[in-house]
Amino acid sequence: MSDSFDLLIVGVGGQGTILASNIIGEACLIEGRSVRSAETHGMAQRGGSVETHIRIDGTYGSLVTKGSSELIISFDVLEAVRYRHYLKKDGIMVTSKNLIVPTSAFQSCLDMPSVDSLTGMLSDVNLCMVDAVSIAQDAGSILAQNIVMIGAASHYMPLSKETLIDAVTKLVPPKTVDINKKAFEMGRDAGRKK
Amino acid sequence: MSRLMSILYMLGNEAIAHACIEANLDFASGYPGTPSSEVVDVLRTQEERDFYVEWSVNEKVAFENALAAAWTGVRSLVTMKHVGLNVAADPLMTSSYTGVIGGFVILSADDPFAHSSQNEQDSRIYAHFARIPCLDPATLQEAHDMILTAFDLSEEFCLPVLFRPTTRICHSKSDVRLGDAGKSHRKGEFEKDPGQYVVIPAHTRILHKKLNQKQKPVSKRLVELGINYYEIKGKIAVIASGVASSYVREIIPDDVSYAKIGAYPIDEEWLAGFVELHEKVLVVEELAPVVEEVVRQVACGVVVYGKKDGCIPYEGELDPGSVAVAFDRAGIRHHGSTSAPSPVEGLPPRPPLLCAGCGHRATFYAMKKVFGNDAIYPSDIGCYTLGLQLGTVDTTICMGASITVGSGIAHSGDENEIICTIGDSTFLHTGIPGLLNATYNNAEMTVVILDNRITAMTGHQPNPNTGVTARGDASPPVSLEALCLACSVSHVETIDPYDLTASIDAFRRAKEKKGVKVIIARQPCVINAKREGLTRKRYDVDHDRCNGCGSCVRYGCPAIEFYDGKASITTLCSGCGVCADICPFGAIRKGGKK
Repeated sequence: MSDSFDLLIVGVGGQGTILASNIIGEACLIEGRSVRSAETHGMAQRGGSVETHIRIDGTYGSLVTKGSSELIISFDVLEAVRYRHYLKKDGIMVTSKNLIVPTSAFQSCLDMPSVDSLTGMLSDVNLCMVDAVSIAQDAGSILAQNIVMIGAASHYMPLSKETLIDAVTKLVPPKTVDINKKAFEMGRDAGRKK
Repeated sequence: MSRLMSILYMLGNEAIAHACIEANLDFASGYPGTPSSEVVDVLRTQEERDFYVEWSVNEKVAFENALAAAWTGVRSLVTMKHVGLNVAADPLMTSSYTGVIGGFVILSADDPFAHSSQNEQDSRIYAHFARIPCLDPATLQEAHDMILTAFDLSEEFCLPVLFRPTTRICHSKSDVRLGDAGKSHRKGEFEKDPGQYVVIPAHTRILHKKLNQKQKPVSKRLVELGINYYEIKGKIAVIASGVASSYVREIIPDDVSYAKIGAYPIDEEWLAGFVELHEKVLVVEELAPVVEEVVRQVACGVVVYGKKDGCIPYEGELDPGSVAVAFDRAGIRHHGSTSAPSPVEGLPPRPPLLCAGCGHRATFYAMKKVFGNDAIYPSDIGCYTLGLQLGTVDTTICMGASITVGSGIAHSGDENEIICTIGDSTFLHTGIPGLLNATYNNAEMTVVILDNRITAMTGHQPNPNTGVTARGDASPPVSLEALCLACSVSHVETIDPYDLTASIDAFRRAKEKKGVKVIIARQPCVINAKREGLTRKRYDVDHDRCNGCGSCVRYGCPAIEFYDGKASITTLCSGCGVCADICPFGAIRKGGKK
C-alpha cells in the first residue's frame, strides 16, 4: 500500500503547471524525500487541458488513482471541475477563480458555463478559491500565477514553507525571485482557511 | 548536468540521457518523436560533449548511421518513437544478423493510450521479430540503470539491444541516483569482414544460424543479471512487466507471489519453474500480451488470467486503479482502490490548438477559401494535424503519407481537387519519394509544404531546413524550391502566409495549372521566432466598428475572444495581422503593445 501524499496540478497548456510541479519535486529533494510525478508533454501543451500527477514520498509509479488525490491545485475553474473526480472524499481543491474560455467554444458558439455555475459544480467539495490573477498582478507580474497557487496550496502539503520558498528561489529566473517570493507569500495568505 | 554521484529530480528522458553519458556513449542519432525526443535534446545541449550527436532526417537514416558506428567498435545510441521503428524496420531486421562490435542501443519509446501518437503498437514485438534482447524499465531509476546494462549486454552478445521505455517513464519525473560521466571514449575503426557486413545469401544463412544460437544464452543471462526475477509467497502469483509492475507492487498483498519481467527473451524453463508452483497466475502488462503468451505456453494446467480472458484491456494505459480491477476479476485480494468516482459529463472540451499567430492557420484559411469544402485535404504528422479543427485535414496515417494518399486518391478516379499539406521536417523525412512518385506518374494535385523552418511539435528540433545542426553548428539550409524542381514539379511558388491576399492569389494560380503543383508556405514557427527575439505589435478591435459577425472568431485564433456580441484580442496576440485582413468591417487594427 502506498503511503504517499498524492496531488494533481491541472490547468491549461502554457500556464506554468510544469514549473509548479518542479518546485514541489525540488522541495521533496531538499527535504530528502522520494517523489514521483507524471507530466503532459507534446501536442497537448498547445493550449489544451493539462494535468500533472505528483506523489510526495512516492516509491511506486507516478500515476495517481482516481478518487485518491489528497489535493488538487487548479489554475482554471473549468479544469477544476474536469478533474474533480480525482479528489479523495476528504481532500481539498485549491483553485484559481480564473476561467479561460476554450477557443473552440467561441468558434462553435457552445454554451459556456460561467465561473459561478462552475463553482456551483464544486459545492460539495472542500474548496479554497484564490484570485490568482489579481494577486499575481499585485505581486508584480501576471506570470507569477503559478507561484501564487503554490503559496495558496502550501498549507495543505506535507512540505515546509521554507523548503517550498527555497525551491521557488532555485527554479524561477534569477531576475524574478523577489516577485515570485512575494507572490508565494500573498498566495499563502489567500489560501489560509477562512 | 552534474558529473558527481548525485540524486536529482529529473525527467525520465534526462535520466536516460545521463545514463548514456555514464556508459561512455560515443555516437548518438535519432529523429524526434514524442515521447522520445528529450533524450537526444539533452545529449546535444551538453556543455561538454565528448561524443558525436545528430538529428537525422528520418529513423531509417538515424538507425543506419548508428549501426555503422557500432560496427566500427564505438558505443552507439539511436532514438525514436515506436512508429519510427517502422521506418527503421528494414535495417533493424538484418542488424541482428550482422551484429555489432561496439554496444548498440535502439531506444524506441512506446505510447500506451496514444497520448501523442497514431497507434498503440508494442516495440517488444519488434525485438522478438528481430530476435534481439529488449529491456523494459518499470521506474525511472531502473530506466537509468538498464541503459548501462543495455550497452554491456550488447557488447557481450554482439547484438543490438532494444530499450523500450513508455510515456510514463519518458515523461515522468522522480528522484534519480546518477553515476559519474564516463571518460573512456573510443575512436571508430571499421575492419573489413564481408562475411559479417555483406549479407549476400551465402553469408546471411550462416549469420541467421548464429543469431538463433544466441537466443538461449541471452535469456539465461537476463535471469542471472537479476533483470527477470521472482519472489515466492503463496499459491497465487502475479507476473508483471514494464511500468505496470510498479502499479502491481503498489497494491499486491504479502502472501501473493510476484515475478518481474524486465527483459526479453524470457527464459521459458525459468518461467515454467515459477508458474508451476502456483494454482493461478495473473499477468499484468500494457499493450500486447507479450509476457502472457509465454506464460500461457508454459502454464500446463495452471489457470492464467490476463488480456485473453478479458481481465486486462488490450488498449490504453494501466494505473493502480485499473490494475486493482484486474486483481478483482482474477479473484486476488489487493490493497488498491477500485471505487473511482465518475468524471463530470458535458463540460466544454479543451483540445490543443495551433498557437496565436501560427502561420499554418493562415495557410489553411487561404487554402480553404480557394479550394472550398469539396476538395480533399490529405495531411500529415505535425502541429498542423490540428488543422482538423479547421476542416483542412481529411487524412493522417503516418509520416510522409499526405502526398502519397493524395496521389492514390487522384489516380483512383475521384474527381475532387486534392490539396495535401505536409510540414518541412515531414517532407524531408519521407515526403520527397511521394512527391517524386506523384510527378513521375502524372498525378493531378496541389502539395502545400508548411515550412516553419523547424521540427516544432516535438520541441523545436533543427532539421536540414533550419540552417543549424543538432550540435549547434551552422549548415547550409536545403532549398525546398530546388528539391521540388528536381522532382520535376512544373509549378513551384513560395508564399508568406501572413500575406493573406497574396496567398489566396497563389492558390488560385495553382488551381488553374495542370499536374503536380507545389506551394511553399514559409513563415518561421511563432514560438521559435519569439524565442529568437522577434516581436510584432499586437492588434486591437475597434468596438465601434465591430458588428459581431464572428468572422475572426471562426478563424480559431486563441487570442480572439467573443463576449456580448463583440470580439476582442487578448495578450496572446503575436501580431501576425491575418485577422485584420479577415475582418470585413476593418475593425481590427495594429496598435497594441508589443
